[in-house]
Amino acid sequence: MINLLINDQKVAVQNGTTVLAAARKLKINIPTLCNHDDLCVAGNCRVCIVEQKGAKTLIASCATPAAEGMEIHTNTLKVRNARKHIVELLLSEHRSDCTKCYKNQNCELQSLANDFAFGDHVFLDLVEDKKYSIDRSSASFIKDDSKCIRCQRCVRTCSELQSVAAITVANKGAHQKISSFHNRPMSQVVCTNCGQCVNRCPTGALVEKTAIDQVWDAIYDPDKHVVVQTAPAVRVALGEDLGYDPGERVTGKMVNALRQLGFNSVLDTDFSADLTIMEEGTELLVRLKKALVDGDKSISLPMFTSCSPGWIKFVEHKYPEFLPNMSTCKSPQQMFGALAKTFYAKKNNIDPSKIVSVSIMPCTAKKFEADRPEMRSSGFKDVDYVLTTRELAVMIKQAGIDFRNIEEANYDSVMGNSTGAGVIFGATGGVMEAALRTAYEIVTGREVPFGNLNITPVRGMDGVKEATIKIEGCVEAWKFLEGAELKVAIAHGLANANKIMKMVRDGKATYHFVEIMACPGGCIGGGGQPIPTNLKIRQKRMAAIYAEDEHKELRKSHLNPDVIAIYKEFLDQPNSHKSHELLHTHYVERDNY
Amino acid sequence: MENKGLNKVDLIFEKIDNHEVLAKGFKMSKDEIIQEILNSGLKGRGGAGFPTGMKWKFTSEAKSPEKYIVCNADEGEPGTFKDREILDRVSNKVHGGMAIAGKAIGAKKGIVYLRGEYRYLLPKLMIELDSFHKMIKKIGYDFEIEYRLGSGAYICGEESALFESIEGKRGEPRNKPPYPTVSGVYGKPTSINNVETLVTAMMIVQHGAKNFIQYGTKDSRGSKVFSVSGDTPTPGIFELELGMTVQQFVNEFGDGDTKAVQVGGASGFCVPRKKFAETIIGFEGVPTGGSMKLFNSSRSMYNVLHNYLEFFTEESCGQCTPCRVGCQQLLKGVEKVKKGEAKSTYLNELMKLADTMKIAAKCGLGQSVGNAFKSIVGNFKEEIIY
Amino acid sequence: MYQVGNLVKELSDKHGHARESLMPILQAIVQKHNYLTDEAMVEVARELDISAAEVYGTASFYTFLDTQVKGKYVIRVCKTITCSMKGKSDIIQSIEEMLNIKVGETTPDNQFSLIETNCIGWCHKAPAILINDLPFTELTPEKVTEIIKDYMQK
Repeated sequence: MINLLINDQKVAVQNGTTVLAAARKLKINIPTLCNHDDLCVAGNCRVCIVEQKGAKTLIASCATPAAEGMEIHTNTLKVRNARKHIVELLLSEHRSDCTKCYKNQNCELQSLANDFAFGDHVFLDLVEDKKYSIDRSSASFIKDDSKCIRCQRCVRTCSELQSVAAITVANKGAHQKISSFHNRPMSQVVCTNCGQCVNRCPTGALVEKTAIDQVWDAIYDPDKHVVVQTAPAVRVALGEDLGYDPGERVTGKMVNALRQLGFNSVLDTDFSADLTIMEEGTELLVRLKKALVDGDKSISLPMFTSCSPGWIKFVEHKYPEFLPNMSTCKSPQQMFGALAKTFYAKKNNIDPSKIVSVSIMPCTAKKFEADRPEMRSSGFKDVDYVLTTRELAVMIKQAGIDFRNIEEANYDSVMGNSTGAGVIFGATGGVMEAALRTAYEIVTGREVPFGNLNITPVRGMDGVKEATIKIEGCVEAWKFLEGAELKVAIAHGLANANKIMKMVRDGKATYHFVEIMACPGGCIGGGGQPIPTNLKIRQKRMAAIYAEDEHKELRKSHLNPDVIAIYKEFLDQPNSHKSHELLHTHYVERDNY
Repeated sequence: MENKGLNKVDLIFEKIDNHEVLAKGFKMSKDEIIQEILNSGLKGRGGAGFPTGMKWKFTSEAKSPEKYIVCNADEGEPGTFKDREILDRVSNKVHGGMAIAGKAIGAKKGIVYLRGEYRYLLPKLMIELDSFHKMIKKIGYDFEIEYRLGSGAYICGEESALFESIEGKRGEPRNKPPYPTVSGVYGKPTSINNVETLVTAMMIVQHGAKNFIQYGTKDSRGSKVFSVSGDTPTPGIFELELGMTVQQFVNEFGDGDTKAVQVGGASGFCVPRKKFAETIIGFEGVPTGGSMKLFNSSRSMYNVLHNYLEFFTEESCGQCTPCRVGCQQLLKGVEKVKKGEAKSTYLNELMKLADTMKIAAKCGLGQSVGNAFKSIVGNFKEEIIY
Repeated sequence: MYQVGNLVKELSDKHGHARESLMPILQAIVQKHNYLTDEAMVEVARELDISAAEVYGTASFYTFLDTQVKGKYVIRVCKTITCSMKGKSDIIQSIEEMLNIKVGETTPDNQFSLIETNCIGWCHKAPAILINDLPFTELTPEKVTEIIKDYMQK
């Protein structure tokens, strides 16, 4: 243990603890900007400077390890003056049109400025000298360099967490900026639209491209029938933007709020998650049969899940040779969208051209996915507008709904029923678990051999998880799988996905089925989820997801009555011709820069 | 105040029998070498002036099978050109100094980081290096030097930025600690020394610390190479004993009308005429990596300051707030004051900002921008305003 | 625009495929072609298994690793204090008039680019310029005119 003094208080910390963390242990708050719990230390912004006795300069508390006998003062006049200067310098480079900013009151720079209660701005405005540009090219987010404070959280996120490095620090000195490859529009580079950078941007430099106004317009258009679907991970995070602590399940209130907002029908992406299991599970079993029994060399294994549009785009850019390995299943959002304007329209006798299909997603990449030209199987744009969890919270506030005090409500049907298996899609390992619950039962006629259906080896926050499931006692149709060991792997965060891809590419690992989610923790840590994010928050959301599962009456996708009904009434059977037409898709190779 | 007067010396460029000196050095134990350098009181010749013996001692004590000696030949400080001359004329002593440092710290590998602006020297240096490698092989000593080139970035002269550059990254200074002696290039314990420091160390091994400490003062031992430029009839490279006053320097090199001397380059200090006599050139007074720039009364100190600030605004790596934005504010600020668009009292705010940069910037560059700013504005306020 | 061909492959085989080879590889490309094309940077990224943006981010940090078209002869005029005091502006004016380009521009025949640069370490012989790797010092407008003339003949 290392003993030091901070503001004359003794504290003992583990070797390697930063001065910042040591101060936090004493409940001493040191402001930070470039520091983020998920990322490596940068020590760039210098906001967290403190005074160390005997040192000539101030030290960055986030970047300095605590040392034995250190004497630190966090709030001397010297520190305050320097810190004030630093915040002012940042403001001088930042377009401070706060009241008109999307991040107004949700901005770390603004809140720091607020702490210093600046009356007069001392330094000269540099914004006018810079030829700042706003990049609106991405379907998912807006990059406004005039709001950027060069903390490099986004750059570290993109390279450390996602191993994409679509953005970088470019140039130096006064010209230093955060840039894509040679300043190309974000829509024309390897960016996966995952939005993890948006989640970590302390200012309004990176924000989702909002569709709030378009959705309001649709809701108030008397000619339109507006259906909304909600992704599994939204219900365990929305509360954070509406005054709840992380990990609160607000499903019922959310449904009620959506109804109050004026959506004509409030349905659930969990339904199409269950449907995905039927389609993707069948696809896997068919691939296994063709590869293992028929010896069909054209079948690509392992099969990768395809629910995460960030992951899809990652493969399209970086591993196009593995596109045949991707499940052809659309994501639950897009399955839902295709059915909303076909099955749902028909069943409710609504002209599909009058349907506006909206989804509430924990994700920014879903905005891009909905815009893909492949996603028009219904003859229309299958999903018209995608809102993030954050945008939904904004709409709820705009509408003046007293979220905390409204009643809980249930989803509409049809396409509103779901099982616990659909719910856990929101957490890393969830698709795998849901698939196994169903596939194992199809093949063996028995439930998965895990207590209370909880397949714990595929759960948790480990970056890469592996499991082997021995298949025994197969029913007649699946006898060829008797004794087979199904090898599966799960990764979340594209840096972990990249590890798996390298192992698979280099023949260092053989799997049959791999679940990958682009975001850390899976969708619960999605780029459209409430800000801030860190491991603790994600763990709480994850616990809430599994609690939601446990509370469900039905916990296996194939038991979802809406799913059973749709096959009976509309789709015939999994992987049928109709399914392929509406629920499956294809991918395109993209440039790797 | 110890004043040695102005004495020209010829040690750095003295031709020596490299083989003989190295053979002597390799016979010494690593502790003996380090002790000799410690006894000499040698401080780094790049400008920062860290005691070389201490640096070697720390690196020698670091536990790692792999260590590096890095020669900092990224001489970018405006007004400094002595390392180019040293490499041009006595690169064998640079290589020799690296081998001796390598022995002291336990490094088998040396890297010379040569600024891209000096690339034209490379063919000649490669020939010299080749014969050096042959020679130490003959002595039976296992040591190898590699040259890496910069590509036009002043900040890469900062040691940790230089490591980043060698590692193929943007030359952005690292957080310290850890210091290079613990984690330097490729994360290995590294001693990084200036070109001249290595040659001086070689000299100390040759002549002994006792000989070396006859030169210079208590705080600034030995002699060093000065790069003299600006308003002087005799610009060039001069090896001088440390411990002279600026006045003595000006008497020798001035044009009779010197009003200020910028000691230590853009990151150094401006000494005005009225302080020439009382200011010692050395660590007890104004330290310098060798850059001595004279300005006569025809020069506008506003232009000098403006030129330096433009330099820093471009050459800051840009990662930390005080340096990136601070440089821009100082530059724009003096422009506005000069044009009358800001009150002259705004200079007081800028002086405070320069103080903040000194204590809050991440690396030596940002911390030293305030030196030139404060000493020029402090001494030539009228020239800045009017 | 030049075609990068096998150059990047050859260079990465020679210098290695680790990140630390990035600078030598980029420097070698610039030695040969005077600047980095997007294609070259993408190729380098592929060989070193890093992102193209990272290559660009690194290149753009270094003044000599140009990512804009540059001529066969890149003239860098030192603009730092001593050269500035000793007539840098006259040197630039002479070159500008001679080549009919401004600072920052490249001649239409892609033979010459003219740029300003920070201290190149020839303050005692100011004003000084670099043409590609070679320094030319103690310049006068006449002297620089002769030098450029020689280059035009090459």
